Amino acid sequence: MGPFVPDIISDQLNLVVALIIGIAFGFVLEQAGFSSSRRLAGVFYGYDFTVLRVFFTAAITAMSGVLLLGYFGLLDTDVIYVNPTWLWPAVVGGAIMGIGFVLGGYCPGTSICAMAIGKVDATFFVGGGLLGVFAFGEMFPLYKDFFNTTALGPAKVFDSLGISGGLFAFILIAVAVLAFAVTTIIERKVNSASLSREFSLSKHRLAAIGVLALGLVFVILPERKAHMISTVSNANYVATHSVKVMPIDELAFRIVDMEPNVLIVDVRNPDRFNKLALPGSHNLSLHDFFSKDNNALLSQRHVKKVLVADEEAQEKVACLLLQKLGYENVLALEGGLPRFKETILDSTAFVTTGSRWDSDVKSFRETARVEIAKMIEAGKHTAAKTVKAEKKITGGC
Amino acid sequence: MNTKYMNPYLAGFLLGIVLLAAIFVTGRGLGASGAVKDVVLTTIHAVAPTHVEHSPFFGSYFGAGKESPLKSWLVFEVIGVLIGAFISGLVSDRLKVVTEAGPRVAPKLRWLFALLGGALFGAGAQFARGCTSGAALSGMAVLSTAGFITMLAIFGTGYAVAFIFRKLWI
Repeated sequence: MGPFVPDIISDQLNLVVALIIGIAFGFVLEQAGFSSSRRLAGVFYGYDFTVLRVFFTAAITAMSGVLLLGYFGLLDTDVIYVNPTWLWPAVVGGAIMGIGFVLGGYCPGTSICAMAIGKVDATFFVGGGLLGVFAFGEMFPLYKDFFNTTALGPAKVFDSLGISGGLFAFILIAVAVLAFAVTTIIERKVNSASLSREFSLSKHRLAAIGVLALGLVFVILPERKAHMISTVSNANYVATHSVKVMPIDELAFRIVDMEPNVLIVDVRNPDRFNKLALPGSHNLSLHDFFSKDNNALLSQRHVKKVLVADEEAQEKVACLLLQKLGYENVLALEGGLPRFKETILDSTAFVTTGSRWDSDVKSFRETARVEIAKMIEAGKHTAAKTVKAEKKITGGC
Repeated sequence: MNTKYMNPYLAGFLLGIVLLAAIFVTGRGLGASGAVKDVVLTTIHAVAPTHVEHSPFFGSYFGAGKESPLKSWLVFEVIGVLIGAFISGLVSDRLKVVTEAGPRVAPKLRWLFALLGGALFGAGAQFARGCTSGAALSGMAVLSTAGFITMLAIFGTGYAVAFIFRKLWI
């Protein structure tokens, strides 16, 4: 499951990967004609829409790939870098760059590419870029407040617009295909030497239909995580799939015994977890089960994963989700956490069952109550305070 | 001679695959302006270390436990871009020291505007936290709000001012 940084690929090796990706990036940019400022500037004057075609095709290809890899569980889309939004700085910065584009005929990536094949104007552009960054930094106090204004964090565009990711992807693809068609008509009228005059119309129409179909697939494809959670929550699914249950006394015994091959996974919300949690338990949401980070924890086969929630039914859903994700040896706690609390932790009167073991069970529960209470108290000072280290990938310009 | 460029849709598809590979393998997209910043940081740190370390903007990039800015992902990626573009120019016979300008623009004027354009891009990319590749293209690929806003702002403003500067290009 991607990404391979930082687990499989080290920071050092990542720099080698950067070099290789850069070589491919530079090669494709140059082959596309992005080493020519006249060609780049053409997008603003209607005589050459190469920039628009390459840029939007690339954005749609990569976006589609990310959506598909995420859907099939091959890429952990919660870990990849999503550049955070500072709304007004992005608008103003983009506007400044837009003027720079028209004046300079390049953007930073393309200027570096053009410099490599000997364009003198591109070398001046790169030099200007260095001066621009320097000047920005020296005058920073002037706009320091503005620089940090309207921070929205790593916002997703479809959430900002209040629509689904799939629908947004379809709209973007449809807009791009429309833009490709319209700009080709404009370009053929404005520029008699246009490259687009050589395009095979039938092939391009076919490609357009193909990508629009892909866009429709995105609309239909449910979001993988939500879809899986809703599948296992379905009453029919729960009724037809069995889940093993761990009796209350067994769990209490294993806790008191500090048995290492038991992992308690508490799926209640963090507020409730912080108020009362079983010793050594891990607080994960159903969404966390999909994360690459919890893979190592949950995939230890010989360890019994005991799911804990307010109700046994919720525990069963969590167990079924783990099973669907390929994790083994998962059990639900009998009766949910409230029953465990009532039976073991609270000193309620022992209810006799008529069994000849009654007196043993009674004395065990009394021992367990004291021991587990001690462990919970000890845990409050140590283990509970270990905050999970965020393993986010840094990126951006 | 002018060797033909690749079909733009094919080039775009390949560029998208490169970007997707970067996201899939490393978890992050492509970029360019970040490397420009790293070069600036290193240069001014070599010239005036104390000034830089106390600078409200540049200072945050230096300090205990921080590696040299040149040892960054984007610097290596941009070195790759130089190599890759050079190879492409070599195989397509486009290696030539030349100044490219609009039909009515003398080389020296072109240099001046290229310098100015580069400076605006360098400063603008700081506000937007990235340029056309790092913020707009890579941001769009991961459906980041910032990516779309930056893209719209760059191209929207470009079209808005294109008429004023038309003599530079047509």
